[in-house]
Amino acid sequence: MAHFTLTSIIFLPLLGSFIILLIPRKFEDTLRGLSLLLSTITFGLSLSLWFGFDKSNTLFQFIERYSWISELGIYYYLGVDGFSVLLVLLTTFLTPICILISWDTITHKIKEYYFSFLFLEAAMVGVFVALDVFLFYVFWEAILIPMYFLIGIWGGKNRLYASIKFFLYTLVGSLLMLIGILYLYFQHSGTPLTFDLVTIIQNVSNTPIPYKNQIWLFLAFAIAFAIKVPLFPFHTWLPDAHTEAPTAGSIILAGVLLKMGTYGFLRFAMPLFPFAVDFFTPLLILLSIIGIIYGALVAMVQTDVKRLVAYSSVSHLGFVVLGMFMLNHQGVTGSVLQMINHGLSTGALFLLVGVIYDRRHTREINAFGGIAATMPVYTTIFLIVTLSSIGLPMLNGFVGEFLILLGTAKNNWVWTAWAATGIILSAVYLLWMVQRVFFGPIVHEENQNLTDMNWKELAAVIPILIVIIWIGIYPSPFLEMIETTTDTFLKSRSILTISSVQFP
Amino acid sequence: MKLTPDLLHSTHDWNWLILIPLLPLFGVVLNTFIFRKAPEKFIGWFSSSTVLISFILSVLAFFQLKSLPIQNRSIDVTFLTWIQVGNLSIDWAVLLDPLSVVMMLIVTGVGGVIHIYSIGYMHGDPGFRKFFIFLNLFIFFMLWLVMGNSYPILFIGWEGVGLCSYLLIGFWYKDMAKASAGKKAFIVNRIGDWGFLLGMILLFVNFETLKFTELFSKVNTTYTPEITPTLTLITLLLFVGATGKSAQIPLYIWLPDAMAGPTPVSALIHAATMVTAGVYMVARSNLLFSLSPISMEVVATIGALTALFAATIGVRQWDIKKILAYSTVSQLGFMFLGVGVGAYETGIAHVMTHAFFKACLFLGSGAVIHSMEHAFHKAHVHYDPQDIRYMGGLRSKIPITYWTFLIATIAIAGIPGFSGFFSKDEILWKTFASGHIFLWVVATITAGITAFYMFRLVYLTFFGNFRGGVESEGHIQEVTPYMTFILILLAVLSVIGGYLAVPHALGGHFLIGEWLQPVLQDSRKLPSLAYYQEHHSLMLEFGLMGLSVIIAILGIYLASKYFNQKPQELTVLTQKPKGIMKILENKYWIDELYEFTIVQPIYKFSIFAWKVFDATGIDGFINSIGSLVVKIGEHLRKLQTGYLSNYALLMSIGILFTIAWLVFGK
Repeated sequence: MAHFTLTSIIFLPLLGSFIILLIPRKFEDTLRGLSLLLSTITFGLSLSLWFGFDKSNTLFQFIERYSWISELGIYYYLGVDGFSVLLVLLTTFLTPICILISWDTITHKIKEYYFSFLFLEAAMVGVFVALDVFLFYVFWEAILIPMYFLIGIWGGKNRLYASIKFFLYTLVGSLLMLIGILYLYFQHSGTPLTFDLVTIIQNVSNTPIPYKNQIWLFLAFAIAFAIKVPLFPFHTWLPDAHTEAPTAGSIILAGVLLKMGTYGFLRFAMPLFPFAVDFFTPLLILLSIIGIIYGALVAMVQTDVKRLVAYSSVSHLGFVVLGMFMLNHQGVTGSVLQMINHGLSTGALFLLVGVIYDRRHTREINAFGGIAATMPVYTTIFLIVTLSSIGLPMLNGFVGEFLILLGTAKNNWVWTAWAATGIILSAVYLLWMVQRVFFGPIVHEENQNLTDMNWKELAAVIPILIVIIWIGIYPSPFLEMIETTTDTFLKSRSILTISSVQFP
Repeated sequence: MKLTPDLLHSTHDWNWLILIPLLPLFGVVLNTFIFRKAPEKFIGWFSSSTVLISFILSVLAFFQLKSLPIQNRSIDVTFLTWIQVGNLSIDWAVLLDPLSVVMMLIVTGVGGVIHIYSIGYMHGDPGFRKFFIFLNLFIFFMLWLVMGNSYPILFIGWEGVGLCSYLLIGFWYKDMAKASAGKKAFIVNRIGDWGFLLGMILLFVNFETLKFTELFSKVNTTYTPEITPTLTLITLLLFVGATGKSAQIPLYIWLPDAMAGPTPVSALIHAATMVTAGVYMVARSNLLFSLSPISMEVVATIGALTALFAATIGVRQWDIKKILAYSTVSQLGFMFLGVGVGAYETGIAHVMTHAFFKACLFLGSGAVIHSMEHAFHKAHVHYDPQDIRYMGGLRSKIPITYWTFLIATIAIAGIPGFSGFFSKDEILWKTFASGHIFLWVVATITAGITAFYMFRLVYLTFFGNFRGGVESEGHIQEVTPYMTFILILLAVLSVIGGYLAVPHALGGHFLIGEWLQPVLQDSRKLPSLAYYQEHHSLMLEFGLMGLSVIIAILGIYLASKYFNQKPQELTVLTQKPKGIMKILENKYWIDELYEFTIVQPIYKFSIFAWKVFDATGIDGFINSIGSLVVKIGEHLRKLQTGYLSNYALLMSIGILFTIAWLVFGK
């Protein structure tokens, strides 16, 4: 039974999305309820990963491997390790929350909406569990379509521009990656040719890819991932996409989709092209530190709350990239944990921004002020999530940032000094926004009678709050899972670097 | 496993220590979720009692610790793993030793009485329950700060108290200025925290542990002169953290604004406990600082300069709480001067005496403000109840407040027999004895200025005639017994608290200093603190002591000369300030300087980054490529349908083509 765990996590929502298509569109609540039910069951299924994950096993787990297109060496090959298991859980955890939060706010084309969402969930899980490069690419591309629809159909005023920008940006990256994948496949996947990632990594560690090829291949992959992350200066699609996307779309975009980029670095670019990693590391460190500071500064001067949160993602993801390229325990583990943390905190922030948007149909900071008086519960929750994003100890964000900064200092403390300014700036932009939105006197009549959060909104956000506090106080279960793979990841790299001296 | 002294003592017998920080948290949880509709009195007493029980437990911990042989007074108790990655390992754990227990007693003791005072002070406020939730949360974090057995646990408390400070300064959030002051406090503190975090991380990178006992014994045993630059860097970064939390130059600017919070908050957080965290941290890291003479000089110099600088500003302020705020900044400067010259125990002694007399002063000012508010309200006048220009003559109207305030003022002014004298004079003496003659001069002058501005405050508030209007005068009345009882208690402590710190020269035992010795013993052996072993002439010490008393009395005399006058002669209240007074009234324009040189440039750069770099630069480039594509597209119009589904279809076809190409490619 355990053999089909991952398949069932992918196929239940996929199947569900097609069932949704069969239901007549007049049964609106049935469509909503069924989507919620299916995504909740999917989450339930994925919990077997949490409980069944063997922390002593440093290899892939829950493996399913079947030949798919045997002539081409394409496999239906799934598995998780410490890097991906939490991302799968994050995906299945956030999806029901997104569906719940959409219940009252999505009122047209409901059927298409839930179809897209469940389809999206399947593809996202697929990206994180695929161990065949071709299969990975299929899932990677499959995500583009529902996401494009989510922004383009249910988005805000400027949705067309945003969705096309999103589409083109990521498509450029994807095409580069496709070229990279094909080149890798034909030139370096070994004999017989294969898309099986584990075999390819095995092969390239025996016969390393020549230095020059590594550089080009790494670039092809890295640009695709850097766009997705997004790393400075590839970030300008993000604020537009986020601002225009519906609330649930933003949650998924920030919570999960950006992690595909950082995950891609860890899973593909770094193990496959170790020399290129050495070559590009200084550049990537520079870009991520610039991203941390730049994203924070630009977030500070935003007038739209959602856009502010979007820019804050640029800053936070800078930490994630910085951590992984430190190539030490604290850096890499912190980086993976920070992917989860960012998904939770920023996901929750987008959810909360959606709550006031639904009431006021604006996200302009100036349109608010003093709403702590009318929405005390909302204010409290918003503040807790803000503090988690700021990296206050005892909440999740601190654990990840602290590990990343510590890992960075092991290599060069000056980098840490620069990156750590991000913790000052995050307090500046978030607390300034909080002050203008929640505090002071109520100056707009419309804010006088705002209703506080309803039970659906609370039910959606409270699970996130619980995990935020859990990771803040007792992150060990999460860290242990990640650590199993960090160890292998770092060891295999050091063997690679030592065993083959092929520098030009 | 090797049996280190730590492990020997970390028995389960000490697990109950966790209750000390957890009890106030229990108060937070219950008041948040359960007692939502409970009456004021119940909520107030419930959260006060959690802190009082923590106090009783701290007293118990003190006596248990005291019963141990001196070399065993270091109890490390681990409860739960926090972060364990690679060679980094941090536990939820506490360290009970002479230093932490002193701080625990101050925090829970002063914290407890201020809780009780607040039951009276916050009576009738719609945010009563919220106030006590925040206050309990503060005690929880403050206890982790002083009890934590490692830098990261200390840092949890450090940031947590900063959060509570933020929440409580902006407690009356409907006033934008108050909300703004809270935010300013948090951000300025964060700048300090940047240094602290970095220093802490560098400690780990160099010594591979952040646990106090392990770290210090490792530094002590492996020390070589080569690591001095590293230690200097680390301690300077840690001190950056201290300048934020403890409001020293250049980061002191948040504390005067923090007076926007309710007065009990100013007493507890912004005078007695949180702001002394920096002094505690330096004392805790005494070995590291003692090994970096440059850092010591920096700490002492910043301390002395801050003391002087803030005291001069205090001379020309009109808001009763602002005066006390600058006085706090100044007194904190004294504490840093103390620890900076290596007299760590004296710094901590001053933390303690200051906690008593400054809490008394703030709560007294709270009583004054309360009375003034009440009177102005009844008389329907709109004077600022915190402005001493509208006070005067309160001596006979609110006698308990007057007497307690006076006692605390005498204590801070440094008159012999009162607590402030002992601890402050010991700081001055150690400064002199360690050869810092210039700093000694600065500090002694500051002591005189302190006496001057504090008595200026007393004279303008309690002496002369009432200046707040005839209608209001009849409505001035003493505050409730809740509050007066606490004032009396703190006034008593402001006197006798000093007897724990009577210097040897005066025939005392300097009990607190001796108590703290186990924590400081490694530092004491260092050559940089050799002056401690040297013999100094008693005559010299007495002479300096006499001099500082004369200077204090001079300050009081001048204050009485200028401010204890008949109303018509108090022209200073209405005159426009000129020359130096104008500079002082405007606080040297430091806030404006920061705004102009730091805040505005960053803001302008950010706008540029957003509007020019992002929008015109990157997006301009992308969009021009986009429009190029569109132009090409116009020639291929048939493909350009504009329907989303077609793009999707196109993409699916693309994937199919790829597969097909792969098949044929083979």
